[in-house]
Amino acid sequence: MAAPAMERTDVTNGSARPDATRTVTMAKSLNMGLRSALEQDPKVLVMGEDVGKLGGVFRVTDGLQKDFGEHRVLDTPLAESGIIGTAVGLAIRGYRPVCEIQFDGFIFPGYDQIVSQLAKLHFRSQGKVKMPVVVRVPFGGGIGAVEHHSESPESLFAHIGGLKVVSCSNPVDAYWMLRQAIECDDPVLFFEPKRRYYEKAELNTEAQPPPLFASRVLRRGTAATIATYGPTVPTCLAAANAAAEEGTELEVIDLRSLSPLDLGPVFESVRRTGRLVLASEAPPESSITSEITARVQQECFYSLEAPVLRVTGFDVPYPPTKLEKHFLPDLDRVLDAVDRSLAF
Amino acid sequence: MSPEHWTRPAHPADEPDNGVTSGPPAATAAKPTREQVIAGLRATSEGGADLVQLLTPEGERVTHPDFDIDLTAAQLRDLYRDMVLVRRFDREGNALQRQGQLGIWVPLLGQEAAQIGAGRALRSGDMAFPSYREHGVAWCRGLDPTELLGIFRGTDHGSWDPLSTGFHLYTIVIGNQALNAAGYAMGQKFDGKVGDDDGEATMVFFGDGATSQGDVHEAMVWGSVYDAPLVLFCQNNQWAISEPLERQTRVPLYQRAAGYGFPGIRVDGNDVLASLAVSKWALDECRHGNGPVLIEAFTYRMDAHTTTDDPTRYRLSDELEAWKLKDPIERLRVHLVREHDADQAFFDEVQAESDELAARFREFCFSMPEPDPGRIFSEVYADPSPAVTAQRDELLGYLDGFAEQPAAAQGGVH
Repeated sequence: MAAPAMERTDVTNGSARPDATRTVTMAKSLNMGLRSALEQDPKVLVMGEDVGKLGGVFRVTDGLQKDFGEHRVLDTPLAESGIIGTAVGLAIRGYRPVCEIQFDGFIFPGYDQIVSQLAKLHFRSQGKVKMPVVVRVPFGGGIGAVEHHSESPESLFAHIGGLKVVSCSNPVDAYWMLRQAIECDDPVLFFEPKRRYYEKAELNTEAQPPPLFASRVLRRGTAATIATYGPTVPTCLAAANAAAEEGTELEVIDLRSLSPLDLGPVFESVRRTGRLVLASEAPPESSITSEITARVQQECFYSLEAPVLRVTGFDVPYPPTKLEKHFLPDLDRVLDAVDRSLAF
Repeated sequence: MSPEHWTRPAHPADEPDNGVTSGPPAATAAKPTREQVIAGLRATSEGGADLVQLLTPEGERVTHPDFDIDLTAAQLRDLYRDMVLVRRFDREGNALQRQGQLGIWVPLLGQEAAQIGAGRALRSGDMAFPSYREHGVAWCRGLDPTELLGIFRGTDHGSWDPLSTGFHLYTIVIGNQALNAAGYAMGQKFDGKVGDDDGEATMVFFGDGATSQGDVHEAMVWGSVYDAPLVLFCQNNQWAISEPLERQTRVPLYQRAAGYGFPGIRVDGNDVLASLAVSKWALDECRHGNGPVLIEAFTYRMDAHTTTDDPTRYRLSDELEAWKLKDPIERLRVHLVREHDADQAFFDEVQAESDELAARFREFCFSMPEPDPGRIFSEVYADPSPAVTAQRDELLGYLDGFAEQPAAAQGGVH
């Protein structure tokens, strides 16, 4: 199955001026993104539990309250519906709130306000009320946390009309995608892969960023296509590197935007490779990966050489941490799915 | 049961020294029974020290040491006119639903004084967040009543501009709007619009049932800890569909405010003067930075919860008859006749105006066009989504295909 190596796209930006480029963790790049947005627009607010003095449980908001004051960076009461519900009111007033939900499993008390108000007010008001609210959600497993701290609820939000849902996978995207999400006049659910917070990359803050609601080919290949997002992107890149050592060149696509999905590059890739493996930590039923499976069979039916295969979590509550290594898609499970695809 | 039955439970410090210095207070005769507590929730329907009233059910003007108001005869007539017109188009909405012209209607009958009093206390720079029964507040914010029809006829989800009218869209999910209002009020404060006579304020409307919702509780927490200029206006109409007040609370609702650290006031919600006076005071507190304030307007829903509801299944006609005697419009009418020389010509004039409004309301309803199918997809996002655009194009293309069929048939295919 040897295939020639094609262009490889690094996650870092090209043509950086040296003084504008720093090696940063994803947590730091998100912090820089928030800082930059707070500096540029006095209407931007950061709000959530512990985002002020503590700097957030992951320190993403570190130092922001000190520099911008407690009316720009709000340590809120401890209630997620309150955080989202007041952000809706602040947005009606003309503010651009960026809400932090501490952990994925805590978003559900705020789900009502997200679905009932945040998602619908632009439509209900026929565009007279804008909802430029970003809800940041650290999500996914792999950090050995107790229950309710490792979930992947992104599909629940992608299902809701009126919301936009994105997930970054690396420090460079984290910076630019957050900046763009804050500038967006629509509500954006911003899923941050918490186990990647402290992975590093070179960030050039003067580069030209790619569009927010677009997927991105991270690695070119001809044997099969892997489409993924968030925490499983580095896993899939590692799997592709491993496959390349055995002469199998895999194409890896970071979806980045989960609603709207930008499936053009996926369709184009599948038409070339004939094979698609999807990877995600989320439970598979009624998920982002099931949506992509349906659309690929609809658009690429005659190009497929194998059924679309998925490497995912399971349709269960997130397991205790001693078991999460079996729950989370890892390099071996991804490669196993690739092998099964290639065997058709 | 008299209102005296609702007295606060005896505090240990008030009791005679019995030598006990620690442990829970001993049960005393002063502790009200469950029945007494429930009776107390309703006790002030007959008046009482904790009920702000300026106009008795008999139309007699009374004073209150904290909440008096000085209105001219013309202003009183305007309030009367407001209530009559609002009741008239509310009744028309009810009738239109019965005739199949509206999918549903949410009657405000009986709550005119609470809504007109609160609505007329608002200024143009203020913001109101309604639930879905606030037709009277909408009227005060300058909405034409016909603008309320689209929601109930199913042609839109609210056609007015919340920002230019200062009247947010109706909110169906119970209690959501309380938090949205708290956020808006925080924004007014952050904008520096609080602190003097020219300050701005936000008023949010919800019912007694909503006080059981977490969002309303959270709104009180947020309003309190951010010192937001927020007036929480609870229309306690005694029933949350079929659930009575005692299924929502064991303390009079206005007393809950104390737990959040701001004033709570119970006003006679069938007394437009008291409702106006207390609302003005509360909004003024907020303008000066002394918010929030909770107002419990003690009133009664004279009609069903909505036109899908059958209140005869859960409440007695005695109760309805008792509340008819407290009608908010009648008491002002009597007062106007007795104290302000209002003659029949004035009442006839208001009646004629209300009939014209009702006719216009009805005609508008009949003439409302079917919405364009494209509306399903329009303004879902500020920045359109390619998937939604594609779905729109597909549906419109599909519908266009049908449009060509009659022409083909005319061509004599057969």
